[in-house]
Amino acid sequence: MASTMQPPTGAGTLMSGSQILLECLVREGVELFFGYPGGVTLPFYDAMYSHPIKHVLVRHEQNAAFAAQGYARATGRVGVCCATSGPGAMNLVTGLVDAMMDSIPVVAITGQVTSKLIGTDAFQEADTFGITRPATKHNFMVKHVSELPRIVHEAFYLASTGRPGPVLVDIPKDVFQASTHYQPVDAIHLPGYKLYTEGHTGQIRRAAQMIWEAERPMVYAGGGIIHSGAHQELRELVELADLPTVNTLMGLGALPGNHRNFISMPGMHGSYAANMGMYNTDLIIALGVRFDDRVTGRLNAFAPHAKVIHVDIDPSEISKIRNAELPIVGDAKKVLVKLNKVMKELEGEMGSLKAAARAEWWNTIRGWMEQHPLEPQYSLDEIKPQHLMAEINRISNGEAIVTTDVGQHQMWAAQLIRYDHPRLWINSGGLGSMGFGLPSAIGAQFACPDKLVFSICGDGGFQMSIPEFATIANHNLPVKIIVMNNGYLGMVRQWQELFYNNRLSQVTLDHFPDAAMLAGAYGFPGKTIEKVEDLRPALEEAVNTPGPYFLNVKVTPFENVYPMVPAGGAINEMVLDQPQPVEVGS
Amino acid sequence: MLQTISLLVENKPGALMRVVGVLAARNFNVESLTVARTLDDSLSRMTIVVDVEPKVRAQVVKQLNKLVNVLQATDLTEEKSVAREMVLLRVRAEMANRTAILKEAEIFQARVVDSSIEGFAIECTGDPEKLDEFMDLMRSYGEIEVTRSGLVAVSLEPKKLRLASPIPVGAAEEEQEELERVVSK
Ligand SMILES: Cc1ncc(C[n+]2csc(CCOP(=O)(O)OP(=O)(O)O)c2C)c(N)n1
Ligand SMILES: [Mg+2]
Repeated sequence: MASTMQPPTGAGTLMSGSQILLECLVREGVELFFGYPGGVTLPFYDAMYSHPIKHVLVRHEQNAAFAAQGYARATGRVGVCCATSGPGAMNLVTGLVDAMMDSIPVVAITGQVTSKLIGTDAFQEADTFGITRPATKHNFMVKHVSELPRIVHEAFYLASTGRPGPVLVDIPKDVFQASTHYQPVDAIHLPGYKLYTEGHTGQIRRAAQMIWEAERPMVYAGGGIIHSGAHQELRELVELADLPTVNTLMGLGALPGNHRNFISMPGMHGSYAANMGMYNTDLIIALGVRFDDRVTGRLNAFAPHAKVIHVDIDPSEISKIRNAELPIVGDAKKVLVKLNKVMKELEGEMGSLKAAARAEWWNTIRGWMEQHPLEPQYSLDEIKPQHLMAEINRISNGEAIVTTDVGQHQMWAAQLIRYDHPRLWINSGGLGSMGFGLPSAIGAQFACPDKLVFSICGDGGFQMSIPEFATIANHNLPVKIIVMNNGYLGMVRQWQELFYNNRLSQVTLDHFPDAAMLAGAYGFPGKTIEKVEDLRPALEEAVNTPGPYFLNVKVTPFENVYPMVPAGGAINEMVLDQPQPVEVGS
Repeated sequence: MLQTISLLVENKPGALMRVVGVLAARNFNVESLTVARTLDDSLSRMTIVVDVEPKVRAQVVKQLNKLVNVLQATDLTEEKSVAREMVLLRVRAEMANRTAILKEAEIFQARVVDSSIEGFAIECTGDPEKLDEFMDLMRSYGEIEVTRSGLVAVSLEPKKLRLASPIPVGAAEEEQEELERVVSK
């Protein structure tokens, strides 16, 4: 993307490593990034002082990584974060692994001790290159300033292409300081980095035939659809053959939540209809998904009657967990464009082959949906967590960005809030990192300043990110921070209740701070509510107040998330509701 | 089962660490691993032997291929290939046994590389089974100490090396735009 900020500096200009790095970031279209300075990045921060690129000072490096992810998840562009050596770089690690698990394009820049001190246990030295090897898609250590432009561009290329992911560039202090005649890089050469994007034409044709031939097909679409921007093509496919569709936790919004073919999310806390559909289908059309254990439950009971068409850009995902009868390695969008074309070609000949069975299948699915819908629950005297989500859903109406933390609130927000577009639903899926909710909202709000952004957190995870209130206040970010306060590490409490004889060990969260005082201390409004009648007005006030708002909502403490497939259970054997206590004597 | 993989890797910092790291992280049991430069000294050839369930064999190759610095990962297990290993061993030998040991070494086409009052140092090359036999035999003469090289293997069917070609800076964005154009037509 051409930047409007600064004309590219011409070849041959004498520049410092720091200046070259900034120049390369501009060339990569970076407008802003998140970071925290320190000893070895001093030269870099000094160069930044007189440079138009925007740096957002977070209050903890982990949040720089999460904010970069929020930015990336909301836009599809590379999110950038920066930290100093040793402790700074180490604080990034959780955020990098998180990005790795969910395939989010992030470039992390870390400072390293001066080259000649590397390996001497120097002050704030850590083996960032070694430690982040398994935390990244690829990582680099810059040995000489002349390598810097090449490495930075390679990092962005690797982060954003193929299966996206985090890439780290570790830069010793002396490389920031060294000067060289800057030579812009015009080509990247990574001979071992092979991308398979097109999809095999023959396989695609075969897939189209299989889809038309299936009696009980199911589209199982995930994060890959969102990463490749294939949501329109997905919709076209689904409408072409009237296919029932589930979106994974990472794929919510891939097919609009209000689309008539959308069933809901499958998996551990998926809906009855989604899981029954996955159990009974005869053809899984898996698009950009990885058969995560939270989706499949016990593998031998997952879709036991189905053949699998698996489209993924990463060959290693295919047949990793579940054997694919028809593998297609390629970019979801490119493959779907071709698949839809073949589907149409074959429609005349094959389109009504299984019409009766298909109608029957839809009837069965609609039956399941009616039998056990994902419906919010209400109470007259307490705010149920589901009620809170239903109210947020009412305000959002499928359009707001919602970031969550990890736990029960995350599952309810996935079940009960509708996402009518991709990139609205932002959560830590694969790693399940508490502390993700607030900083990712910061990144998303920076990326989409005009959008309504809810950051829904549990009272536990929220307390991992309170320091970022300062960042929010600093930039007057209009994030609506909603804490679903159940007084517990709710998801852990739920498991202790269900699987450990209700022995509640270390899950009580006493001493939650006063919301008005806490937000007030940072200079923005906050409020606690617990009455049912206050819920709607309070949410409306939060949304209508310009700037940030912190709403602490006290909800029923002992609510559990259902349906639930217990870990290692079969997906067709969900626990649908709270087991009712048996009355003594009955 | 034992799976033999031949890997062509760019000599970039951390290349070995990445290979070993991914094998460990994916829970693949490494039996042996050898590395050395190729004719092109910007590249290394590794021969890796892992002990894995047959059904994960494809995964091992895919995971290695995913590494950015790996140019080619080939499963040699069922391919036409030759595999050799070397062992260097020291055997303590009683005076009375010395001639017999030399005779045995000759049968195995092993070479004596050092001889002293205590015994011999012997070099032997072959497939791993042959080396096992040779070591067993030597052990029957006296105390032995061994260093094995790990397997090296070469495919007998030349493999075409498929490499990614250079890409202009900013191509990712352009490709996306191009895609949008194609799709919107
Ligand atoms: C960093 C981190 N530590 C621990 C966990 C384990 N864990 C998963 S959910 C959860 C409880 C979260 O509690 P809270 O934030 O209050 O959310 P709730 O479940 O109550 O909605 C915990 C501790 C985790 N996912 N991440
Ligand atoms: Mg809680």
